[in-house]
Amino acid sequence: MTGTDQAAGQVKLFCRNLWKVYGPEPHQFFSGERGARQRGDRAELIRRIRAADHIAAACDVSFDVHEGEIFVIMGLSGSGKSTVIRCLSRLVEPTAGQVVFDGQDLLKASSKELIDLRRHKMGMVFQNFGLLPHLTVLDNVAFPLKVQGVAREERVKRAMEIIDLVGLEGREASFPRELSGGQQQRVGIARSLAVEPEIWLLDEPFSALDPLIRRQMQDEFLRLQRLLHKTIVFITHDFLEALRLADRIAIMKDGEIVQLGTPAQVVMEPADDYVTEFTHDVPRAKVLMVRNVLEPAADGLDTSDAVAETMNLEEVLPHVAGRIDPLPVTDANGRLVGQVTPHAVLNALAGKQRRKG
Amino acid sequence: MIATNAVSALESAFHRRNYDPSLAVWLVTGVAVVALFALRGQYDWVTKLPEELVIPLEAWLNAFMDLFVASFKWLFRAISGLLEWPMNGLQALLHWLPWPATIAGSVVVAHLAGGWRLAVFTLCTLMYMVIVGYWDESMNTLALVGMAVPLSVAVGLFAGILDFSYRPAKSVIQPTLDLMQTVPAFAYLIPVLLLFGFGPVVGLVAATLYACPPMVRNVSLGLQRVPVDIVESAKMSGCTDRQLLWWVRLPAAMPTIMIGVNQTIMCALSMVIIAAIIGGFGDIGWEVLSTMRRAQFGQSLLAGLVIVLIAMNFDRISRGLTSRQRVSQARTGTLWQRHAHLWVALVAIMVAVALAQVLPELHDYPKAWIFYPAAVVNDAVTWFTANYFFATSAIKSWTLFYFLLPIRIGLENSVTPHFWGFALNLWISLGYAAAVAGLALWVDRATSWRGAVAVLITGGLFYFGTTGTPWAVFILVVTVTAFRVGGWRVGVFALGGLCFMLFTGIWERAMLSVYLCGTAVLIAFLAGGLLGIWAARNDRVSAFLRPINDTLQTIPLYVFLIPIIMVFLVGEFSALLAVIAYAIVPAIRYTEHGIRHVPAETVEAARAMGCTPRQLLWQVQLPLALPEIMLGLNQTIMLGLAMLVIAALVGTLGLGQMIYIALTAADFGKGAVAGLGIALIAMITDRILQSWSARKKVELGLA
Repeated sequence: MTGTDQAAGQVKLFCRNLWKVYGPEPHQFFSGERGARQRGDRAELIRRIRAADHIAAACDVSFDVHEGEIFVIMGLSGSGKSTVIRCLSRLVEPTAGQVVFDGQDLLKASSKELIDLRRHKMGMVFQNFGLLPHLTVLDNVAFPLKVQGVAREERVKRAMEIIDLVGLEGREASFPRELSGGQQQRVGIARSLAVEPEIWLLDEPFSALDPLIRRQMQDEFLRLQRLLHKTIVFITHDFLEALRLADRIAIMKDGEIVQLGTPAQVVMEPADDYVTEFTHDVPRAKVLMVRNVLEPAADGLDTSDAVAETMNLEEVLPHVAGRIDPLPVTDANGRLVGQVTPHAVLNALAGKQRRKG
Repeated sequence: MIATNAVSALESAFHRRNYDPSLAVWLVTGVAVVALFALRGQYDWVTKLPEELVIPLEAWLNAFMDLFVASFKWLFRAISGLLEWPMNGLQALLHWLPWPATIAGSVVVAHLAGGWRLAVFTLCTLMYMVIVGYWDESMNTLALVGMAVPLSVAVGLFAGILDFSYRPAKSVIQPTLDLMQTVPAFAYLIPVLLLFGFGPVVGLVAATLYACPPMVRNVSLGLQRVPVDIVESAKMSGCTDRQLLWWVRLPAAMPTIMIGVNQTIMCALSMVIIAAIIGGFGDIGWEVLSTMRRAQFGQSLLAGLVIVLIAMNFDRISRGLTSRQRVSQARTGTLWQRHAHLWVALVAIMVAVALAQVLPELHDYPKAWIFYPAAVVNDAVTWFTANYFFATSAIKSWTLFYFLLPIRIGLENSVTPHFWGFALNLWISLGYAAAVAGLALWVDRATSWRGAVAVLITGGLFYFGTTGTPWAVFILVVTVTAFRVGGWRVGVFALGGLCFMLFTGIWERAMLSVYLCGTAVLIAFLAGGLLGIWAARNDRVSAFLRPINDTLQTIPLYVFLIPIIMVFLVGEFSALLAVIAYAIVPAIRYTEHGIRHVPAETVEAARAMGCTPRQLLWQVQLPLALPEIMLGLNQTIMLGLAMLVIAALVGTLGLGQMIYIALTAADFGKGAVAGLGIALIAMITDRILQSWSARKKVELGLA
């Protein structure tokens, strides 16, 4: 269930067998057997937890986030995605499991170490912005620096740089209620970036915005990421948003991860009916790329009019239209990496699933 | 009789519906009630608890208080001495400042708070105080409030933060607040009097204590309601707990906290005025009280108006100042532009002070210029009473004989040939029973058996009277109601509270209070409800009522009594009117709010189905607004009880009178027991109505 495409970066953050159980005595289910618990008995444990009238918000969640990667956790409300991202920053105390950030076990960090980590290495953006209503845009963005004890002059200077970066110059003296939703979230983004965090956590940052603004903010987000190369965990309930932004996606349901993979893997090889349901409305021609339908190049392939592996299927359609024989595919350096057949393109567009051999 | 009623209503319920287990509880209760009524002829204890069972709690409390005062008097006297210093200082400052300076300063603040309209209002009202010659008294009152409010705010802030952040503290603070907000104002004064001795400091301490609870509640509530996103974002910024509280939670909770400050100011003023009852020191409350006692209505009306105007100024200015929203331009501009109001005020005050050195009239408003039209008012009152006495006394006696008396001693004892033209015989009683039963049946058809039970209880109460109903019946019915509505906790609380009243020997007085307050609340609730419905359906009525409601709610309690006793003289009827006038506001407000906030889609859906306005009101809006309206009833009862105690001044029986007597005799035990009695009546009703409303809201999907 692990995506293999993005093995490039170092693992920056990982969690293993993360559980969050709500109820009067959540620890009873893990005492003694913590760590020794086998993978197979997850379903049995969930059953026991629910039978005891406890709520299992996150069940045995494990994933790696690589350096510079956008890792999206997608799920509907109540699927446990918000719980998971809060466990990563310990806004919520996990009941069991392990969260390791840069080799440090977060769950063993003292509250002082935790405050230090949050002050210097983590940034988080919230669905309803979480801006301080009594502070101006400038003071909001500078707030994390103020908390650290950075001198006023220095923090104003740094806050102004970030305000420029997110395109809010001229609004720094405004109060949050004087801004539109999109602008408020820009402030939230600026604030989360003020301390130059190593890991950037975004909890449904665009869900409270209108569709048009949401689209703009997604572009803005991608632009910032191209500049900053942060390691990102991004939460959303919007499958298309997940496909658009993610390097890898984890799909959650009832507290469990049901599938983890690249957008193309999720669309082309949905793990179960639940995921398949989401893929029905996906504009496949835009999401799928040539590399997703790549076949090994046949001998004696005509290497003229090659297509790039990063083209999406919509772009490649004119090239395959009216052809029967395969097209050559090249990578960014123009090297031949394989071929694409019109048949494969049509199959992919039609949503015929390619079972992994 | 009740038995036949109950059985017939219950039978119909059984026939038409599935068996409802809670009906069985009421059936058993009904049988028990009938049994108790049957027993009351044979056994005295059913109607009156034997003397030897009464616990001498008053004496115990007095003994305890004596001991406490003896051991800690020095401490409280020391605090008293400590508080006297700044208070005398503030008083001296306000007297030293020439009146034009104080007015100029106030007007500038009013402008800052509410623009030109409020500034003009403040100017006119303060000039009134100067012209009628109540300036010095007003400044004495202001000095007391000015001292009490910062103390209250500081204590309230501390306790509110403690309540929010430290769980064990919550379990102490919350019940204390409940008690403090239901114990009548008079009852506060007795222990303070014993501990701090006579003098203005008593008023100060009492006002500080009395004004604390709204601050504590609002601080705690504000802190709880800070959006979780804000708290989480602050945590992720790396806030320590202390930074989180002072930099994030408190500022974000500020709007709610500021509402608390406004309420604190109003409470402090109210208590400062009431504190005059233990002896004045030249403040405006004393002026009202002493003239009222001498039946100088003109004088007390003029002074009472001063209190009303002070209250309105305090309310509007504090609300204006606290609800001002900071705007982004605040940072730009020069020092002058940013603090224009401050500079104007400073300059105006300095000019006034300087001028006052030259012109003594500006320092002390000359006696010769005072315009004091008390005689005119008195003449008008005399003329009115001389010419319309027949009308007022007719209203008074009609209400007394046909409404108040039956509720107090029951139709059973009040229907005599002298007033009613006929004597109560078996046939008339049976006719009454049949009428009640018929009504109960109709209600049962139209709504549910619960309504029928309510009709039966009310009918029985009217027949036997609050004082004629045996204590055992009263306790049984209230406890069962509390238990059915709010679960066993509320049931046990109601039982305990009622037993307290029974065994401390205040039962009869408590029933007198229940009767007078209940009657007034009933009228206030019906009248207020009608006004509320009208206001909800008519924007102009709403706009007309709003300032009146605002004003009624800011007026300190006993100013209400002045115009009423001017017309109706002292007595139970005047007390009734005073309670109605004070308690009617929440009935209006909550009804209007409830109806106006019925979900718009529901109303539209009903319109689309072709509801007439009447159907819309009765079948959609009122049922959905009912939980909110019940909260209004709850508030009406709370205010009614508060006013009831003050109304003891014009001669009522019951617990209010008991507290008043205790106050004049400095009898702590008596005052505490009676005060607790009132508080318990309030809390029991509050718990029952709140749980009912909360449950109903859930049922209707509104919560």
